[in-house]
Amino acid sequence: MSRIQSTFDTLKSQHKKALVPYITAGDPHPKWTVELMHTLVKHGADMIELGVPFSDPMADGPVIQRASERALVHKMGLRKVLEMVGEFRKTDAHTPIVLMGYANPIEAMGIAQFTQLSKQMGVDGVLTVDYPPEECGAFNQALSAAGIDSIFLLSPTTEPARTDLIAQQATGFLYYVSLKGVTGAANLDIEEVKKRVAEIKTKTHLPIGVGFGVKDAATAKSVAAIADAVVVGSRMVLTIEASNEDNLIENVSKLMQELRTAIDAS
Amino acid sequence: MQVYDMPDARGHFGQFGGVFVAETLVEALEELRLMYEKYRHDPEFLAEFAYDLKHFVGRPSPIYHAKRLSDKIGGAQIYLKREDLNHTGAHKVNNTIGQALLAKRMGKPRVIAETGAGQHGVATATIAARLGLECVVYMGAEDVKRQAPNVFRMKLLGATVVPVESGSKTLKDALNEAMRDWVTNISDTFYIIGTVAGPHPYPMMVRDFQSVIGIEAKDQMIEMLGRQPDAIVACVGGGSNAMGIFYPYIDVPNVRLIGVEAAGHGLETGMHAAPLTANSPVGVLHGNRTYLMQDADGNIIETHSVSAGLDYPGVGPEHAWLKDIKRAEYVAITDDEAMAAFHQLCRTEGIIPALESSHALAYAEKLAKTMPKDQVILVNLSGRGDKDINTVAKLANITL
Repeated sequence: MSRIQSTFDTLKSQHKKALVPYITAGDPHPKWTVELMHTLVKHGADMIELGVPFSDPMADGPVIQRASERALVHKMGLRKVLEMVGEFRKTDAHTPIVLMGYANPIEAMGIAQFTQLSKQMGVDGVLTVDYPPEECGAFNQALSAAGIDSIFLLSPTTEPARTDLIAQQATGFLYYVSLKGVTGAANLDIEEVKKRVAEIKTKTHLPIGVGFGVKDAATAKSVAAIADAVVVGSRMVLTIEASNEDNLIENVSKLMQELRTAIDAS
Repeated sequence: MQVYDMPDARGHFGQFGGVFVAETLVEALEELRLMYEKYRHDPEFLAEFAYDLKHFVGRPSPIYHAKRLSDKIGGAQIYLKREDLNHTGAHKVNNTIGQALLAKRMGKPRVIAETGAGQHGVATATIAARLGLECVVYMGAEDVKRQAPNVFRMKLLGATVVPVESGSKTLKDALNEAMRDWVTNISDTFYIIGTVAGPHPYPMMVRDFQSVIGIEAKDQMIEMLGRQPDAIVACVGGGSNAMGIFYPYIDVPNVRLIGVEAAGHGLETGMHAAPLTANSPVGVLHGNRTYLMQDADGNIIETHSVSAGLDYPGVGPEHAWLKDIKRAEYVAITDDEAMAAFHQLCRTEGIIPALESSHALAYAEKLAKTMPKDQVILVNLSGRGDKDINTVAKLANITL
């Protein structure tokens, strides 16, 4: 059983929802990333989404693009991201890590080498934003052969037939993008999300994560009430951006505690 | 004879092209694909398009024999397909009219566009004004500075110009930003992409709308010379003017198709915008797979060209395909060579060419020297150079 699946199984038996924070590897500086990952876990992360910096993050909003730019100043490439996962794994063998990024860095490394290194370093799932299921058959097979989950996005505009297609290819969990737009956009319509998550649930047994618009404890709480996992990206990155070297860990810890408390109260 | 029939149903040209976008864009592209399928052979739609090309743009654009230039070079005869004479001063308007008419049929009241040199932005703002559509143009902050007259033109036409401050602040960043706008405003917005790149159906659709250039040229060459040219030369950034003139000639034997990329300061310096000529690796950007200028980590690297319209790290997927199947050849011309060709055409023929088109001219001149006088080179003069006079003056240290 994959680490992602067993995490969701355990949470389910405890009647809890997963808190999944997102950070961009190398932001604000590569020296912080592994410590930040441990901090996230210490304060309640059930799984970590680790962003691979990319020069042209088309599906992300300005907040996450700036995180990519900060990381790229320090030449933070995919190879280094994988090394960081390996470093993290030395002292944490149970928290699942999902890499989130774009196709080009993976293709530049080569699919075979990427899957082999990912497995070796302890990556559990990969979400490649610009690989829709029709374009990534070979990649999915390679991930599957390496025992790594393929995470896919579903959006408010995804048609039912397409939801079926995606649900068939996805493993680990499905990530529902809760609003039209890029990461960090505003105004979550929780009733609409609830309806869509219920529809998706009729088509798959996979857990459903919801993200793109969880901006505070209150939205985290309402999302936790209707989904299996709450993904917090831009809000987390904004906190990192607003911090300095002295209060970075403290600020991230505080945000995580707020989110965890809110989710557990849902 | 095998008939060229590309792309496949999902927009692939061999390994190139495709639909590499986030799930949030998939349905919008599917809607566009279906609507384009519906209208691309619709007689009423095509008649409306043809009417606008004739009466609004002024087509057909003439072919002109650059006799003095040819004599001066002393080789093959150079002919120019005068896209610079189109309304708005470049080939870009052919495509924006096609897409705007489609937007209207789809009931989208708002159009957005990305622009590099500003020609596509101006062409989009122009047709938006004529059709009464709201228009927002994304332009890299660096290009906004380089192309101030075009920025003002767009504003005169009622468009909102948004300077993009992220990344390298050029065309690719404007494209990123336009995609973000589209994904956020999908229900009321049509994204008019200006080149033969992006996710399917854009590379095919833009090619189809631009292929009026080559269709006209085929008839005009027969009328003028009773035969087709020996070579066709066009500049390639994303590659829309080149695809427009190449496409109708793909199945015509013995016509060399030559795309000219921007070598910037020289291929050996790394400061260029010539992914095909420099043998850049294959990658995925802006919704399609193609040859891409990138570093070892797969991040897109900054490009350089004196001409903003060629300053793009990728290239349309069909060009990548034509290179691989060896139907087209790709070469590169430096900033300095393009500038020399620019001045030469101004002085010899009384035509001020765009800096983009000057790359094609520079290569045509080199090539002409190697060919006999009775052979013919047709250059796609994709745009006029009025927009570039500030850049040219600056290079000569002249303050206007």
